[in-house]
Amino acid sequence: MTARYTVGDDVRVRQAYPPGHCRTPYYCRGKSGVIVRYCGDFRNPEDLAYGTYDGPEVPMYRVQFNQTDMWPGYSGAPQDKVEVEIFEHWLVPASS
Amino acid sequence: MTDRRRHHDMGGLDDGPVEISEHNSEPWEKRVDAIRSLLSDDKRQLLSVDELRRAIEDLGADAYDRYNYYERWMAAVSNILLQKNVLSVDELGRKMAEVEARQGNKPI
Repeated sequence: MTARYTVGDDVRVRQAYPPGHCRTPYYCRGKSGVIVRYCGDFRNPEDLAYGTYDGPEVPMYRVQFNQTDMWPGYSGAPQDKVEVEIFEHWLVPASS
Repeated sequence: MTDRRRHHDMGGLDDGPVEISEHNSEPWEKRVDAIRSLLSDDKRQLLSVDELRRAIEDLGADAYDRYNYYERWMAAVSNILLQKNVLSVDELGRKMAEVEARQGNKPI
């Protein structure tokens, strides 16, 4: 699968709450960040978790967020960041 | 708004200080680890780590909090093997009773 995003792209994590297994932490859903690394293509944990071992590989990225955007009342330094590895289907362009 | 966070998805919640002391695994815990590895090897391919994770998340909030790390693994592996018809409920129940009777109160 061709990676849709490149380093420096502004993205937002989809605000979705499926009942099953996924790797996108709750705390970053709906938050905006920037792509800092393309990690490669990997099988989708959402397939693997239910016994489908031969599903398509999907691109995964490391996305950097501001801690101040992530946590209400964050008291650390304003430049603090948190990086989360997120699969492409959980991301949309920040402008959308 | 209803909290849509799933129980296991605890990132960012306050849970007190982190316990960083070294400890040895119990023999039964090492056995659980070995069983998990064997079930996932190239020959068997009965279990992916993602399936393990999914089954742990599906144990429910009460069991998730009550069980320790390898108890969660054991419960999750058992459920997956039942689901895949590798074991039957009857077979597992009888074996557990047999081991319990043999073991008595001796440490595992």
